Amino acid sequence: MTQSARKGVGARLRRKEDERFLRGRGDYVGNIRMVGMLDVAFVRSPVAHARIRAVRKSPGLESVVFTIDDLTGVKPIVANSALKGFKSAPQHVLARDKVRQVGELIAMCVAPSRAEAEDIATQVELDLEELPAVVDMVAAIEPGGPRVHEEWSDNVVLETLVDDDLSTIRANAAIKVQRRIRTARQCMSPMEGRGVVAHYDRRLDQLTVHSAAQMPHINRAGLSECLGIDQGRIRVVAPDVGGGFGYKGILLPEEVCLGWLAMMLGRPVRWLEDRFEQLAANANCREHYYDITGYATADGRLLAIDCEAIVDSGAYSSYPFSACLEAAQVSSILPGPYRMDGYRCRTWSAATNKPPILPYRGVARTGVCFALELVVDAIARAAGKEPYEVRLACLVPPEAMPFVNITKKFFDSGDYPEALRRAVRVLDLPKWRERQKRGEPDGRRVGVGLAIFCEQGAHGTSVYHGWGIPMVPGHEQCTARLSPDGVLELRIGAHSHGQGLETTLAQVAHEILGVDPDNVRLIHGDTALTPYSTGTWGSRCMVMSGGAVATACKEIEKRVRAIAGKLMEVAGDDLVLEAGRVRVAGTDRSMSLAEVAHVWYRAPQLLPADVDPAGLETTAGYKAVRDSGTFSYACHACAVAVDTELGTIEILDYVVVEDGGTLVNPMIVDGQVFGGTAQGIGTALYEEMPFDAQGQPLASTLADYMLPGATEVPTIRIEHIETPSPLSYFGQKGIGEGGAIAPPAAITNAVNDALADLGVEMLESPITPRRLLTALAAARARRGAG
Amino acid sequence: MKAPRFAYEKPQSLDAAIRLLADGGDGAKLIAGGQSLGPILNFRLAQPELLIDIRTLPELRTVRDEGDAVFLGAGTTHAAIEDGRVCDPTRGLLSAVARTIAYRAVRNRGTLGGSLAHADPAADWVNLMALLDAEIVARGPSGERRLHAAAFVRGPLTTDLAADEIITGVSVRKLSGRARWGQYKFNRKPGEFAEAIGGFVHDPELGMARALVGAIGDAPYVVADAMRLDEPAMHDAVSRAGFADGTYEHQIHFAALKRATAQARGA
Repeated sequence: MTQSARKGVGARLRRKEDERFLRGRGDYVGNIRMVGMLDVAFVRSPVAHARIRAVRKSPGLESVVFTIDDLTGVKPIVANSALKGFKSAPQHVLARDKVRQVGELIAMCVAPSRAEAEDIATQVELDLEELPAVVDMVAAIEPGGPRVHEEWSDNVVLETLVDDDLSTIRANAAIKVQRRIRTARQCMSPMEGRGVVAHYDRRLDQLTVHSAAQMPHINRAGLSECLGIDQGRIRVVAPDVGGGFGYKGILLPEEVCLGWLAMMLGRPVRWLEDRFEQLAANANCREHYYDITGYATADGRLLAIDCEAIVDSGAYSSYPFSACLEAAQVSSILPGPYRMDGYRCRTWSAATNKPPILPYRGVARTGVCFALELVVDAIARAAGKEPYEVRLACLVPPEAMPFVNITKKFFDSGDYPEALRRAVRVLDLPKWRERQKRGEPDGRRVGVGLAIFCEQGAHGTSVYHGWGIPMVPGHEQCTARLSPDGVLELRIGAHSHGQGLETTLAQVAHEILGVDPDNVRLIHGDTALTPYSTGTWGSRCMVMSGGAVATACKEIEKRVRAIAGKLMEVAGDDLVLEAGRVRVAGTDRSMSLAEVAHVWYRAPQLLPADVDPAGLETTAGYKAVRDSGTFSYACHACAVAVDTELGTIEILDYVVVEDGGTLVNPMIVDGQVFGGTAQGIGTALYEEMPFDAQGQPLASTLADYMLPGATEVPTIRIEHIETPSPLSYFGQKGIGEGGAIAPPAAITNAVNDALADLGVEMLESPITPRRLLTALAAARARRGAG
Repeated sequence: MKAPRFAYEKPQSLDAAIRLLADGGDGAKLIAGGQSLGPILNFRLAQPELLIDIRTLPELRTVRDEGDAVFLGAGTTHAAIEDGRVCDPTRGLLSAVARTIAYRAVRNRGTLGGSLAHADPAADWVNLMALLDAEIVARGPSGERRLHAAAFVRGPLTTDLAADEIITGVSVRKLSGRARWGQYKFNRKPGEFAEAIGGFVHDPELGMARALVGAIGDAPYVVADAMRLDEPAMHDAVSRAGFADGTYEHQIHFAALKRATAQARGA
């Protein structure tokens, strides 16, 4: 085995960053201490929808309480889409005139400690005229009801339509299944909440905002727009970040508020989100409704999908992804990994008096996969076939790759049927069918479920510019510097907060330069130190930052060869870079990278006069061969036991067969799949933020908002297929989100398999005991009546 | 959220604690493990002027044999019971229940007396002590009283305890070698609060046959003569506990009671 195989692309290298994380030595926003730092507590709206008559500061507290009237010159957050018909919902960073969700910021209180700031907050008097709340997205888009934004004609942020004439298919399809499917609103729950420390540097005339952010350069752009100061005067630093998942891929009104406050006071200010704020004000994802019909032949081959979908987009349009990204995506990705003859999809982004929607790991795909895969299983039951059989009949086959699907997505590579076949084999379907027939000794019912999806990652300009949102990804850059002691510094504009980029990008550098990963330092998360990037989102970093690092290292390699070639008096092409050394091929003559760097920086007199002065530092850009994105894919297969007395579900076995193309670090990919699948299990069985009819969120602690923990996540068995992407540098594909996409569909299909002969079909996530027992009771009543 | 400002005292004796409590009136609040009060303070749902910390009072740590019962000091932690560091007169029921209370970090600090005084209807000791017909021992300025656990809780977060009384411990009857018990806690995941607790204890030597419909949002419902508790009687008990037949709540409480009974009967 070569050195590269052990530490480079493909190695199961232990994560470098875990040294500090596992020892509790990470440095997060909450660890920052600054002399004279003040704490901020916000007064938030206690109601979902109201007109603000007055916000009264108690006498004596005027100088430590701030409302929107105090924030002169601060502009609202605007995240518009250029799609036709999009309705704009500018968000004032502190409410002006109206509040439109529980938890909306109304006033900012500042004190030496958070507790004292909260004391002040309790003394701010709100005079609110409550208005009827828009809570249910299906009712929201009906005409005539109350409106979230009175100046709008309705509550529809955006309507999209992908139309196709399905009349022939409708007339001839032997099987037609129509389902109404819902997914609950969730609250992304990274271990670390959001947090901001802002201070103003008079020497640099610069506002520094430390924020737990996934996309620091985007936050900087947004801060500049809202605060009205140029980007050069703003530095955003994202230190260690304890999980993102999309929750931190947003310009926060809190960031704008604290930025303004730090400049106004001339003192450092801090706000750390607590779990109550997170849950009560920020349940912001996953709430979809589908009225979906699948048409198939008598033997279950999928012919067409006809769908009307609503995404609950909440009260505002979050920056930069906007209020319509998710619904707009639904229509483009609903066909999944399948071939079909016809497709029609109409979507609505519905404004409601709830927190603005954010893209959560998997973005729209978790809901889309849930809706589509439940319908495919219903088709299989109608056809009397095993669910995997009907899928095999319509998955895009490997010989058709690359494949342009019915919504013009370019599937770059892969063997979808093999992922399905292998998942069925690894799960051992016949074993479970046998056990199911035998019955469980404890009376529980066993079921088996599947879900398969493909996931576009690292998609770029051509995909995004059409949406016309404030952010369009382009090229990705890396700055690489071989420092005088031979340590390689890499600077990227994306951020690593769980992805392990400090390790995987070092592996990429090792692959090209032979530098030991221990001698590679990744610098990220600071707009002052890194090249511009849209940041970490959309499963893009391994493809885009990885490509940029590889490209920059290739350039460094060229220069190392030139310098070392001069020093060893051979042609650069005759040199081999490995194990941190530059060796003359076929000889044992070599020098270390450190020696080459030493000469360049500290003993240039040894170099000939005509040496290229570009040096051992470079910024290089990368763009994929085409920017339509890599398509990773996976099949999830599971077996569950359903307790029909208590409505509980135990996952007995869980298998993931996935294809992330060339895996830079298979162990880290496994970790991504485990983590994503755990979150998907949360979506399937536990996580839900219910709202009452007045728009009050009903879960305010983690005792009410239930997250899966160690006891809820089974052993997940992962198998990899490695079909290199023809589009990326090493053939790698974006894989970060996939784990979170399929579990709700796979688990629900397994539950429905277990309960099919009782006439129960679950169509809503999460499957709580209450929902399950209610469905069982309803089915019993139907059987009794029948 | 952060707790509002309050004064803090750590008395060195039980008598001193009782005096502070009596003097402090409505503004004084006891804190032991703080596993319920901590979050309540941070949410500002309680805003006491004075916190009296009784966590380390030696008088509340005593465990003694009372002949036909064992007295467990109020300051005994859930973890001490779980680990068998204190005597378990129920032949394993106490430690089995302790093991399912919240998470280990909570059990390390949370106390028996604190949990009873807080009287969350879903809390384990509130329900189990009612099932076991234990006696709760309380002391105030005018001396000590013993209260039947089944009547101690009056409703959600409400007990029979006077404002100036402190729970000093619980007296739990010793079960005989012929005793059989069963307990089933239904929650969404281990460590979460119960949605339903079923309990059943049968000790022929004590002439005791009791069943519990617990975690009902109110004081626990106990069937004091549960000798012949068949399924119709279980449905009846759950209905009398406040859950009409056909509801989700009826179903889960029935299932919990059925499973607890089956466990006791070795089914």
